[in-house]
Amino acid sequence: MSAIQIVPIEWYLFLSIVLFTIGVAGVLLRRNAIIIFMSIELMLNAVNLLLVAFSSYLSDSKGQVFVFFIMAVAAAEVAVGLAILMMVYRNTKSSDINILNKLKW
Amino acid sequence: MITKALFIFLTFLAIFFALRVVSTKNPIHSVLYLVLTFFAIAGHYILLNAQFLAVVHIIVYAGAIMVLFLFVIMLLNLNKETEPHKSVWLKSSAVVASGLLLVVLVGALRGAEAIQTTNTFNSNIGLIENLGMTLFNEFLLPFELASILLLAAMVGAVMLGKKSIK
Repeated sequence: MSAIQIVPIEWYLFLSIVLFTIGVAGVLLRRNAIIIFMSIELMLNAVNLLLVAFSSYLSDSKGQVFVFFIMAVAAAEVAVGLAILMMVYRNTKSSDINILNKLKW
Repeated sequence: MITKALFIFLTFLAIFFALRVVSTKNPIHSVLYLVLTFFAIAGHYILLNAQFLAVVHIIVYAGAIMVLFLFVIMLLNLNKETEPHKSVWLKSSAVVASGLLLVVLVGALRGAEAIQTTNTFNSNIGLIENLGMTLFNEFLLPFELASILLLAAMVGAVMLGKKSIK
């Protein structure tokens, strides 16, 4: 017994849309680079949830393998992104993205 | 129906904690709320019979990525509420823009017809056995490429983290 047999697929669709929109709102609202990173993670997770829901709905395991790859890419992205953030902080003593409006200083 | 009730409960938790991630001032609280959001999403995975992914999700996201975030926040001393505020005009325009995105996405997908599934329902696709068969039969090349990506990311992170690059 799976939730997909009871809960309509549309509900998962709308849940993912809401989570994705919250992530977009976080990127637009906040100025702290770390919180913007976390909002990006939230958007990735909204997509993951939808992939798993459709994979379960269609009884096809390929969707879940895609989620697996997205997790690997997200881990790599976070590692490099946080390293860049450390460099930026070392140079500017701040994690505010509004300082980063020039390419060289 | 218990499954429906669980779905609604987990959905409520996920959305509430996600909103708290965006709205909390303190970055540490933000990270902890994001961990709770990930646990709610892992609960959704278990409801969808994707047990392996639920476990991997908790280990990778809540266990590794979020610890990395906490580590960086502690290292950089960002745990104070020092974030400068955007102006009210910018904030409200951000809320309006994301609200419009929500309206567009919901409007585009509300009347969509559901796909007619041709496969008979199989509740075992989320188990390691079936996922492993798919991963190593059809996705062998992407799997190997993922290892190269992780190696490149590791080398890149170490290079970026070094004190001075000549």
